[in-house]
Parts: sequence; structure tokens; C-alpha cells
Amino acid sequence: MKQFSWFNATALTLGFAFLYIPMIILVVFSFNDNRLVTVWAGFSTRWYVELFQDEAFLDAAWVTLRVAFSSSTIATVLGTMAAYVMVNGGKFFGRTLFSGMIYAPLVMPEVITGLSLLLLFIAIGLDRGVITIVLAHTTFAMCYVSVVVSSRLVNFDRSLEEAALDLGCTPFQAFKLVTLPLIAPAVISGWLLAFTLSLDDLVIASFTAGPSATTLPMKIWSSVRLGVSPKINALSTILILLVTIGVIAASITSKRSIARALRDEQMADQSA
Amino acid sequence: MTAAVEFAPWTDPTETPLIRFERVVKRFGDFTAIEPLNLSIYRKEFFALLGPSGCGKTTLMRMLAGFEAPSEGTITIGGRDMAGIPPNKREVNMMFQSYALFPHLSVWDNIAFGLKRGDMSKEEIAARVDDMLRLTRLDRFAKRKPHQISGGQKQRVALARALAKAPKLLLLDEPLGALDKKLRQDTQFELMDIQEKTETTFVIVTHDQEEAMTVASRVAVMDNGKIVQVDTPPKIYETPNSTYVADFIGDVNLLHGRAEIRADGLASLAWAEGATPIKGTAGEGLQGGEASFVIRPEKVTITASKPKDRTNVVKGKILDIAYLGNLSTYHVELPGGQVLKAQTANNRRLSRRDFTWEDEVYLSWTDTAGLVLAR
Repeated sequence: MKQFSWFNATALTLGFAFLYIPMIILVVFSFNDNRLVTVWAGFSTRWYVELFQDEAFLDAAWVTLRVAFSSSTIATVLGTMAAYVMVNGGKFFGRTLFSGMIYAPLVMPEVITGLSLLLLFIAIGLDRGVITIVLAHTTFAMCYVSVVVSSRLVNFDRSLEEAALDLGCTPFQAFKLVTLPLIAPAVISGWLLAFTLSLDDLVIASFTAGPSATTLPMKIWSSVRLGVSPKINALSTILILLVTIGVIAASITSKRSIARALRDEQMADQSA
Repeated sequence: MTAAVEFAPWTDPTETPLIRFERVVKRFGDFTAIEPLNLSIYRKEFFALLGPSGCGKTTLMRMLAGFEAPSEGTITIGGRDMAGIPPNKREVNMMFQSYALFPHLSVWDNIAFGLKRGDMSKEEIAARVDDMLRLTRLDRFAKRKPHQISGGQKQRVALARALAKAPKLLLLDEPLGALDKKLRQDTQFELMDIQEKTETTFVIVTHDQEEAMTVASRVAVMDNGKIVQVDTPPKIYETPNSTYVADFIGDVNLLHGRAEIRADGLASLAWAEGATPIKGTAGEGLQGGEASFVIRPEKVTITASKPKDRTNVVKGKILDIAYLGNLSTYHVELPGGQVLKAQTANNRRLSRRDFTWEDEVYLSWTDTAGLVLAR
């Protein structure tokens, strides 16, 4: 074991304090009985009860989930297709340009993406609402999915696909039966990434949402402008809880699959 | 039992080849991988494409599988022009160098993969897969995933999977490259056995000359996109048509000089100032002039005194001795500085060597043991 060091302990404490103190304060004050956010008046869960009775918040949450689910699903399909062609399509005219263009929206300021989409929707006369937010989120989430999936495809053994073709698969069957199951982890994490990005996007959603559709981040933002209510603290605490559960679940599953792979390899060694 | 007829369809003019390459050229951009090439491979042959890496042997195989299309010329398999026919429509299966087993499928499902693409019933597929498992002695591993079995077992799964569809032609890309030497030798015999049992035409790509010599009915030696020689293993070894083939297959001694065709049909080679010209069998198309004398080390006899019954005798000094257990190779330096290798079988237990370093010895060989090849 390494010797205990005051320097290491201090650095660690400071770093984590910097990261987590704001969140801890938020969680603690979500159980505050006082209407004033910063004055402690005893423990209570009344803000949680009020939150679940607030139709506007529940609606916004429902819109957000619907948008996140559909946009991340469409983005995953499109992003995977784009990554596949960029990695496996061989050399075609303008390939470098295309692959550069796929990644460009990653570094594009969100304000510009949002504004240009807004202008497009106005130009083609599309009513703003859930559909326009889904389209907008699909646009930027697709780039992230394509980055994640193509990094997996680069290491993918092409001879597996050739073997499938050789054994009688059409190119589509080869993709469906061999490539897709093997790159599935990357596709799933691309989907999760797209889902998370859509969940917490405020800027692009503000540009492309209409009066009929408000997402949760927009709702939180607009109500905070009228003063921070303890209800927002309660909502944020729920979101933190959900994210924490998600992260822990993901790390447990990946640890388990690593353990399983190790066990399988040991079995192989014994039988060799 | 019927008398064993020698299998040599390539000598029978009435036999039609299964595979025919006609003036096939393959270019990748500016690089020509295959120079205009003609080749015929016959049914039930075990045909080896042998050459160093980058000689075009893998390209040739990938054109048979349908992964590459020839830039010029035609390839026919079973009389059918293969142009434009994708890999999944060819009665050709391939065993990949990396085996390319599907890691997410069990051994059983890997073997059944190709069968499921056809219109076989479930029962037929199961029966066929079980046959294949038995043929490759994998019955016990049917439920395992590829990463749960050893390298040798993976190799057998890859073979079973490629053979399951009973292809007209099986392609093997460096099939034994990943196995250690002992396992490789066992597997070579297993491959030959399976090839004989299934009566499938095998085309194997390898850079290992021993492997090609062991398994193949005929070997094509390739160099830089060209086929240098196609022949049976003994003929490739005993009568190479060029110094390239002689040097590539096995160990060889080379002496350079000027050749002359003698009246008795043999060739003689003036190889050093003042030395008696050495005699050897004249190689194909030798006209005289600049030539090389080629002789295998095991055909060179090493003696302490000058042999009287041989005309090809040179004197030298032992430079090095390589003791390989079953064989010993002596490196002998001639007065002109050339080094010849002579190999003797150690058929008796060696307590004391007959020769040692710096000994003066005589090297000799018969008039037909060596080959004089045009340069």
C-alpha cells in the first residue's frame, strides 16, 4: 500500500468538493420546508408532492422523454449508416470532405445550429412543435452516434463480413447477421449518448420548439427566471438520482461482461 | 482393391479443368498485382499457390472467391464465366487466414451459418452440421463460443464451416499459419485426409514451402505477380526451372559461370579460373552462355580423400558445421571463396565427428545430381 500523503488527500478533497458541493447543496435544499430556497426550516418532502401535482412540469417531462426517445433512435439509425459507409465504403469521390462534414456539427456553436434550423423550418413552413425538436436533436445527435460507431468499425475485422458473404449472405444479411450484433455495444452507447444529449439540450430546443411543446430544460430555465422555487430543487434531485442509477447500472453490466469474458478465456485455456 | 492409379489429371489432354485463368491481369491503381497469367486447376486437386508475401497469391485467391474482380481476362469455374458473380452466388467457400469465426455464435451455429442461407430444412441442416463436427472431431465443442476453444480447434471450426456447404472449390488462405509447428504438421495430414474424404478441390495459399510440398498435388511458385513454375512437389524440388524456384524451395548451392552443352546431353559449367568445369543435367531451354549450377546439399558427398569414381570433385576447407540431430550440414569454403553446403544423414550415433573445423575435405557429386540453369 502507498503511504498516506496529506498532499494527495487535500487534492482529492478539493477536487471532489469543487465538483459535488453545488449538487449536494441542491439535494439538501430540495428537502427544505421553507419557501425561501436558501433558508433552512426543517425537513420536508412537500416540494416533491407539489412537483407531482404540477401538470406543466409533468407535461414538459413527457415531451422531453418522447423527443429524446425518438430523436436518439432516428439518430442512431442514420449515424450508424453514415459511419458504416465512411469506414467501409472504400474510396469514393469526396470521401474526405464527407467525413469531415459529418463531424463539423460537433464543433458548431449550438446557437448557430439552432438558428439555422429555425430558419429552415420557417422557410419550408413546418409548424414548430415536438416534430421540429425531434428533427433538430436528430441532426446534432447523429454526429455523436457516427463518431462512436465508426471508432468501433475501424477495429472491426472485415474478414468476418467477407466470411458471411462467402457463406451465401447478401451484403444486407451480412450486415444484419454479423456486423450489427458485433458492433451492438457501440450502437447502444451511441443511442444512450444521443438520448442524454437530447434530454439536457436547452439552446437548440428553445430555437426549434413551438408554443405547443416545451421540454423540461426549457421549463426549468423559464421558471428559474421568475425566481428559484424549491420545486426545481426537487426536480433536479430526481434527475440526479436517475442519472446516478443509470451510470451505476451501466458500469455494473460492463464489469460483469468483462468478468464473463475472462472466465470464458480461462475455460478455453483449460480445454486447449 | 483396384490398383492405385496415379492422380495426374493435368497430364490427360481430354480432362477439362475446373478452374481456368485466361490472360488474367489485376491492377490496383498503378500497381500491377497479377501480370497476364494462365492457369488451369483440375477437379479433386490439392493445389498450392506458393510465394513470398506480396507475390500476388492472395489476390489470385480473392479473385476466385469473388472479393476482387480481374482487371483483364476471364476466370471460369466449372465452365462458367465468373465475371460479375458476387461471392454469395459462387459455389466456392473460403477458409480465412484469421479464421473469421463469428464470435457471437457458437461453434454449431458457425458451421450452420452457410447452410441456413440455402433452402435446407432444419433437420437436414442439423444432420449436416453433426456430420461436419464428427469429420473435424469437434463434437464435444458444439456449444462453445469461438473464444472458448484453442487455436487448433478454431482452425477446425473454420474448416468445417467452409466445407459444410459442400463447395465445388475450397480456398484456404494460410490455413495453418497461426498454429505451432507440431500442431501444424499433424493438421497438414488431417487436411489431406479430409480433402481425400470429401473429394473437394482445394486451393491453398501459403508462404511455407514445406507445407505446400507436404499437402499439394501440384504447386505453383509465384514471384511478383507471375507464376514461375507449376509442377508436382518432386518435380519442383528436383527440376526447378529457374534459380528463383531452386532457391525458394529448400536449401540449395549455387555456382555461377559459363555453360556449354556437351555432346552427351549434359551441360558443363566453367565456374572458376583454372578449375575443371563441373557437369550437371541441362535445365529447360539452356542454350549455353551465362548460367548457374544448382545442387541440393544432400546430393553433395563429403569425403576426406579424393574420390576416384567421380568427375565432379572440388577441394575445400570446412568453415562451419551445423548439427541438426538427424542431419549435419557442412559449410565448405572453396579456394575461390565460394561456400558450398554438404549435408549428411547421421544414421549412426555420433561419438566423434569424422570431420572438424578447418579440415581439408573433398566435395563430390554425380554427373546428373546438379542442374545447370540459364540465368
